[in-house]
Amino acid sequence: MHYLVLSSILFTIGAVTVLTRRNAILAFMGVELMLNSCNLALVTFSRVHGQLTGQVMAFYVMVVAAAEVVVGLAIIVSIYRARRTVSVDEPSLLKG
Amino acid sequence: MDSVVGTGGEVAIFWIIAPLMVIAALALLFARKPVHAAVGLIFVMIGMAFLYTMLEAPFLGVAQVVVYTGAIMILFVFVLMLVGVDAADAAVDTLKAQRWVAYVLGAGLVAVLAGVIVTATLPDAVGLEVANANTNPAGVAHVIFGATVFTLELVGVLLIVAALSAITLTHREALQQARNQKATVRLRQRAYARGEGSQVLTPMPAPGVYAEHNAADVPALDPYGRPIDISVPRVLRIRGQELDPASFDGHVAQIAEGRYLSRPPAPTPEQSAAALAAEADLERAVVTETVEDMLAEERGDLPEPESDHESEPTDDGRSDLEEKGDRS
Repeated sequence: MHYLVLSSILFTIGAVTVLTRRNAILAFMGVELMLNSCNLALVTFSRVHGQLTGQVMAFYVMVVAAAEVVVGLAIIVSIYRARRTVSVDEPSLLKG
Repeated sequence: MDSVVGTGGEVAIFWIIAPLMVIAALALLFARKPVHAAVGLIFVMIGMAFLYTMLEAPFLGVAQVVVYTGAIMILFVFVLMLVGVDAADAAVDTLKAQRWVAYVLGAGLVAVLAGVIVTATLPDAVGLEVANANTNPAGVAHVIFGATVFTLELVGVLLIVAALSAITLTHREALQQARNQKATVRLRQRAYARGEGSQVLTPMPAPGVYAEHNAADVPALDPYGRPIDISVPRVLRIRGQELDPASFDGHVAQIAEGRYLSRPPAPTPEQSAAALAAEADLERAVVTETVEDMLAEERGDLPEPESDHESEPTDDGRSDLEEKGDRS
């Protein structure tokens, strides 16, 4: 139960980070924190239920997070090359 | 109540690690520099690895350290370095109220989640002694490669696609051919023959060394005692930080009079100007000739030099062979 509360606190910190920080890299770190807190909840539930499925799910989340980070950071780098900024407010071409 | 947290030692470690993790996570929100936030996040990840190990998931604990702190956070820090560590947040918030709205919503989210968790009746923790009987990695591997093996293969495909996409996203076409030293020299010679550019073929003279002073803002003096403008770095010239060589005229005159060194008196300005012009004419004539040769060579008019170069080594080889044959 303690673990779950800690997990929800970390999840919220990550969510607020995504909402408030303007730096794209920092917002991305917030996403990572959210994924991590979900992993903590999964592992905790795995122990509560006495099954390893939760740990396997956490493992897959980890792998997908790694792939996501690679692509996301590549996008950030290419945006930085084109616009010389990492702010999430600047690129607004799709605004219409 | 402590259906999940087990023994006393585990509780103690949890209460040490968890507050530190929350504080480190808050660095994400409040740290000015992105690097500090990254360090805080690394701390959170390592603390998470401790918690996994306490939760009877040592495999995930090790994977957490290897994957998150070892790969992902290093990637983050690397990109931070690439983008510029000083790239701070934008000074002007586009939506000022949004920050406080986000804080309030975050507090609400914590309240709701924690409230649900505290009021929920969780079953008594079963524990993983049975599932981990054959060591935890073996148990996890049994599930991964048994029930979810197709998912595992999909994840493999995903990783390959991600790697490829990262390569293509950050790939940059070469817009122009890289200029090597030879091409630079040729361009400079052509510009010289056309009378364009800086009209200097040799390396730029160093500032100050021909005068009394060796500072970078003092122009060098040519053999005739005149300041050479191009010897001063271009940036200083543009900024107007170049020292006026006229302020050294007295010293130069003294040097020219032979007060410091015994040498023949300097030529009059007319003489020196004429000599310089003659020198420049000669140099330009020579260079124009070589440039014309080069152009002709590029057009293919003069194939002989290339064939010469090709034939040279064979000749040498033959002579070497003959020599060897003579010796034997």
